[in-house]
Amino acid sequence: METVWFAIIAVMLAVYVVLDGFDLGVGVLHLFVAKNDAERRTVLASIGPIWDGNEVWLLASGGVLFFAFPRVYAAGFSGFYLPLMMSLWLLVLRGIAIEFRSMVVADLWRSFWDGVFFLSSLLMAVVLGAALGNVIRGVPLGPDGYFSGPLFTNFMPWPDQGVLDWYTVLVGVFALAALTLHGALFLVYKTEGELNARARGAARVLWWVVVLVGVLATIATHSIRPELYEQLIGRPWTWILALGVVAGAVLMRVFLTKGLELKAFLGSVLFLASMLAATAAGVFPILLRSTVDAANNLTTENAAAGALSLRVGLIWWLLAIVLAIGYFSYLFHSFRGKVQSGAEGYGH
Amino acid sequence: MDAQSWSRFQFGFTATYHYLFPQLTMGLALILVVFKVLAIRRGDECYNVAARFWAKIFGLNFVVGVVTGIPLEFQFGTNWARFSDYSGGVIGLTLALEGLFAFFAESAFLGMFLFGEKRLGPKWHLVSAIMVFLGSWLSGYFIIATNAFMQHPVGYEIGPRGTLQLADMWAYLLNPWAFWQYLHNMSASVVTSGFVVCAVGAYYLLSRRSVEQAKVFLQVGVVTALVGSIIVLFPTGDQHGKMLARHQPAALAAMEGKFETSDRAELAIIGQPDVENRRLDNPIVVPSVLSYLAYGSFGAEVKGLNDIPQDQHPDNIELLYFAYHIMAGLGTLFIALALVSAWMLWRGKLFESRPLLWILMLAFPFPYIATSMGWLTAELGRQPWLIYGLFRTGAGSSPQVAGGSVVFSALGFMGLYLVMGVLFLYLVVRQIAAGPDGEAKA
Repeated sequence: METVWFAIIAVMLAVYVVLDGFDLGVGVLHLFVAKNDAERRTVLASIGPIWDGNEVWLLASGGVLFFAFPRVYAAGFSGFYLPLMMSLWLLVLRGIAIEFRSMVVADLWRSFWDGVFFLSSLLMAVVLGAALGNVIRGVPLGPDGYFSGPLFTNFMPWPDQGVLDWYTVLVGVFALAALTLHGALFLVYKTEGELNARARGAARVLWWVVVLVGVLATIATHSIRPELYEQLIGRPWTWILALGVVAGAVLMRVFLTKGLELKAFLGSVLFLASMLAATAAGVFPILLRSTVDAANNLTTENAAAGALSLRVGLIWWLLAIVLAIGYFSYLFHSFRGKVQSGAEGYGH
Repeated sequence: MDAQSWSRFQFGFTATYHYLFPQLTMGLALILVVFKVLAIRRGDECYNVAARFWAKIFGLNFVVGVVTGIPLEFQFGTNWARFSDYSGGVIGLTLALEGLFAFFAESAFLGMFLFGEKRLGPKWHLVSAIMVFLGSWLSGYFIIATNAFMQHPVGYEIGPRGTLQLADMWAYLLNPWAFWQYLHNMSASVVTSGFVVCAVGAYYLLSRRSVEQAKVFLQVGVVTALVGSIIVLFPTGDQHGKMLARHQPAALAAMEGKFETSDRAELAIIGQPDVENRRLDNPIVVPSVLSYLAYGSFGAEVKGLNDIPQDQHPDNIELLYFAYHIMAGLGTLFIALALVSAWMLWRGKLFESRPLLWILMLAFPFPYIATSMGWLTAELGRQPWLIYGLFRTGAGSSPQVAGGSVVFSALGFMGLYLVMGVLFLYLVVRQIAAGPDGEAKA
């Protein structure tokens, strides 16, 4: 049952990255691909009805982690105190930037919020990657199950690591590149004309950046936590995930060149989802690894909530997820296709 | 202040600030459904115009509510790690369910409601409004159920590591404390939105613009404010008080500034608690009423603080006393104001009686004050416990978070929220100034 909950949290976080990933990427890109207010409004209209729903997956994943593995929630959240607080501020700023921008027609006002939207999206993407880097690298968990992570020390992953060191920053940069590419492909799919052409150009360049940084990050991960790959090699069924990563990368390139816009975006979805699934399979069953002593690791076994909680929770979860898939399919279906300029209804 | 006091301050500040927004959206979601239903049933476009106008205010409030809500969930882990570890196996359930059931529904259908009026058509647009309403009210229930467990823990057992785990899911989800607290809280949020809608309507009438819309606002607003404010008092407030008397006698005694145990206990209307000398200064009291309200009999004995061990006393009795009295006093005034307005509306004289319109226009901040004081009462009354009778507040904070980090984050939130509040008010005022007919094509 603990394994099922590990998988559930991994899947929910992957869904979060895939969904919020493209609107973060759009936030990073919009200053470069959209040159005037009309284009920016089209860009914002492409994520307007859905970004809030995408972000909810992060909140829901947090809730599920709290419920299924309270020890991990307690140790991780208090250990990463400052970086989490700063991410919260970013989320606050990003949310109000999208909403407030449309409310006033004035160049300065809009430029200001465009800048806030860009910066907060960029930093959030880096933060998500750095967080993943920390989970892979491990944290100085003590025997009491707690740790305290300073924001940075000397940028070395050992012996007194901070939240940011060269490795976690590298993963952060990789996340930024991958999510920006994801956002570019989303824009290619959602827009027409010049906007579409610029997004396409950005995607072509970003693809090479993603491949290059991705290879570097893979090598670095091997030196930081070699058992991750040993574990993957030892479990042949996980090879399909590695295959998914490569296939996703190749497919998005091929489809982009052929002008199959939706398929190129789906290639990026495959790429991100397989990458996260492979990482989860590589670290399982350790949720939070201790760099001090392996005995302090928080695993699915020693960090899980009581049996009844996990059992009844699963029924609720299944019910909720069926409903959520229903809502989101309907939402995405309602707003399918290219964004119509001169956007409709509310705001913008 | 030490790290823990700063953590308490930070949670109190961010939670109080957050709740300024959902209390409007939860009530307004109901009013939006009313507008959409009236639009379809009466075939009158002015209700759709009203819905569109309030949808904009709703959208602004909703976004600020969402972004200020995220830090609350995070703070359980960041600032109250020991409490999270201890109770996560139980209260994690409702927090997860809120995300899975309420947030998903709310956010998906809000996207459709705000952006999809043309794409969806009137019927599905109404459905999306109803779903937003259900989502936000469900969300409220899960939060209140979580808080109710902290006020009155049920359905749990102590697990092998000495932490809590779920023993009876339905007992936990259907906590009787949650039932009355939820209805009390939701009717209060209906009061807030009712008075806000009235205030805008009154403003337009007084400044002689958008007159037709203003009348619609006032009709719907006065009725909602009246129904809401009556339900806040009876049965929900009354039943909530009885629950408090049974399970948290120390909180009740502190709320009333009552030090001596007595039967035929008096209800304090005015007075200042003097904790050092254990008495209520210059009191105006009504004899026997407290006994009746708490236990349903004028002769019932009500325990005073002197007969409750010192270590069970709430740690800020003065603040608790005033928070409760301000809430109860304002609640009484709301019923009076809503009754007078409804009477005038029924007689067809409300739209012409300018003094009353002035009062309605200026009354809207008071429901916000009352609800904030209500939450303060609930949370201060629970002290010195994080989970009443089970887990003390002093044991709950994070072991390895430095005081400086908490001070830094608390100041960060204060600064950010101040800026956000100013911008929010500016945008709402602009929206109201543009008016429902202007359709301020921003």
